[in-house]
Amino acid sequence: MTASSDSSRSAAPGRKSRRNPRTLPFLLPSLVVLFLWAVVPLVMTIWFSFERYNLLNPAQRGFARFENYRFLLSDPGLARALVNTFVLVGGVLAITVVFGTLLAVLFDQPFFGRGIARVLVIAPFFVMPTVSALIWKNMLMDPVNGVFGFLMRSAGLSPIDWFSKAPLAAIVIIVAWQWLPFALLILLTALQSLDPETRESARMDGAGPFAMFSFIILPHLRRAIGVVVMIETIFLLTIFAEIFVTTAGGPGLASTNLAFLIYRFALLEFDIGGASAGGILAIVLANIAAIFLMRTISRNLET
Amino acid sequence: MKKTLRSKAFFTAAAWPVSLVVFFPIFWMLISGFKTEVEAVSTPPRLVFRPTLENYAAVWQRADYVGHAVNSVLISFGSTLLALAFALPAAYAMAFFPTRRTKSTLLWMLSTKMLPPVGVLVPIYLLFRDLGLLDKRLGLLSVYTLINLPIVVWMLFTFFKEVPREVLEAARMDGAGPRHEILNLLLPLSLPGIVSTALLAVILSWNEAFWSLNLTAAKAAPLTAFMASFSSPEGLFWAKLSAASTMAIAPIVVFGWLSQRQLVRGLTFGAVK
Repeated sequence: MTASSDSSRSAAPGRKSRRNPRTLPFLLPSLVVLFLWAVVPLVMTIWFSFERYNLLNPAQRGFARFENYRFLLSDPGLARALVNTFVLVGGVLAITVVFGTLLAVLFDQPFFGRGIARVLVIAPFFVMPTVSALIWKNMLMDPVNGVFGFLMRSAGLSPIDWFSKAPLAAIVIIVAWQWLPFALLILLTALQSLDPETRESARMDGAGPFAMFSFIILPHLRRAIGVVVMIETIFLLTIFAEIFVTTAGGPGLASTNLAFLIYRFALLEFDIGGASAGGILAIVLANIAAIFLMRTISRNLET
Repeated sequence: MKKTLRSKAFFTAAAWPVSLVVFFPIFWMLISGFKTEVEAVSTPPRLVFRPTLENYAAVWQRADYVGHAVNSVLISFGSTLLALAFALPAAYAMAFFPTRRTKSTLLWMLSTKMLPPVGVLVPIYLLFRDLGLLDKRLGLLSVYTLINLPIVVWMLFTFFKEVPREVLEAARMDGAGPRHEILNLLLPLSLPGIVSTALLAVILSWNEAFWSLNLTAAKAAPLTAFMASFSSPEGLFWAKLSAASTMAIAPIVVFGWLSQRQLVRGLTFGAVK
């Protein structure tokens, strides 16, 4: 940015002025509502997290200093919820990135009926979470009447009682099924921007399919994979609906993640202070991924 | 030529089975909706049966299903229109009259999208309680407007950026006023972009299930929250669950297929090109 553009008063496109008073009325409504939506509740959460505040006993309100945080950190449920959260995020990421990459490479090749196959594969992304969780829980994963149980019995194995024996794994599978199309779509888009000449010259140099994948395709996809990981992490950290309709966090705490723990504090135990302290923890975790994501977005953003 | 045909056949044989496996749960839901309840739970699973419409009739006759579907339509389309009303002027200003602050403004808007909803659940719940917005369509509609606003602004901004400047400048040279410029040039040129932005916003609102489960109950619940009531059912219910699910997802899956090419742009904020 040069000094001359600072003094420019014209609003001609392409030239940047420091401030353009004529555009402020266009921007202001969006900025004000987003501020009210994002900043005000955030400040309130921080405030509540230092307060003694239970809806069952609203008269006893007062400054609690770090009591809520101490209470949260000493809650035996927290460690379990954090581990579950990481298993959920890590498990879904591993499945969606690995299979998403393989599927993207597959769908990048011409084959018969590719358009229709693509439509089928991305469909799960548009199914509302409560529906996909219920369909999987009942009609596929039910040990007695579900399709998986039938397949396992046909193979001579005993069916898995997913939601009492391996509830977290079951939720990982359901959520991975929902997010696989997301990874596929993004990686496929990234793959299609690969310069055909690079590919051609690698082939000329005698690169086989495996060398092509590991030395040309994978390095090209690196940034896109990074973006998939960051975006999925932000959304998967607070998976809620799938747990709500399948296990309600159980049995015991076996499938309670951080989001579900906070929900329990807030709307089942009415502990506003404790829930807010948990909320701050969730925000901090999401921000770690968000910082990297914002950096990538900022690098690609031209105004 | 022979070689490409062989490779095409090979990839057909590799990709189709995978696609069918991924699609299977939706296919199974689709056909189970046309079974009787007894057929739906039968083992071995039935592929051949006499299709019946009784589940659709049963779900449709429940007055509350229609009510919740209406809620979904009103809330997702209403919030999309409202988000467009806020976003169109903002995106227009940032795309055509950029300033030094444009980039940081856009980034700040996007960053609000990265706040985990559960982090602000408590204050929003309490505010809604005090404002009387709990279990009100207006309450959920405003939440969806706000959570989609950054994506809508962002997508419109990128579509506006693609409008060729020469066309607008030529019109300006011919003495076209700003109103003419916006209504007769900009809007028609960017209409496909505006439509796919709207489609994405409708899809995201239709499928949102954190705020709908936490902020609505019997009256204002959209289909995402209503479907959750199938998690504690009585008796045989798989066929009815399938029929209700099919109706709940059908319109939006079609929307998704229509907008799939623009989806990546909206979902990654341009971080992948």
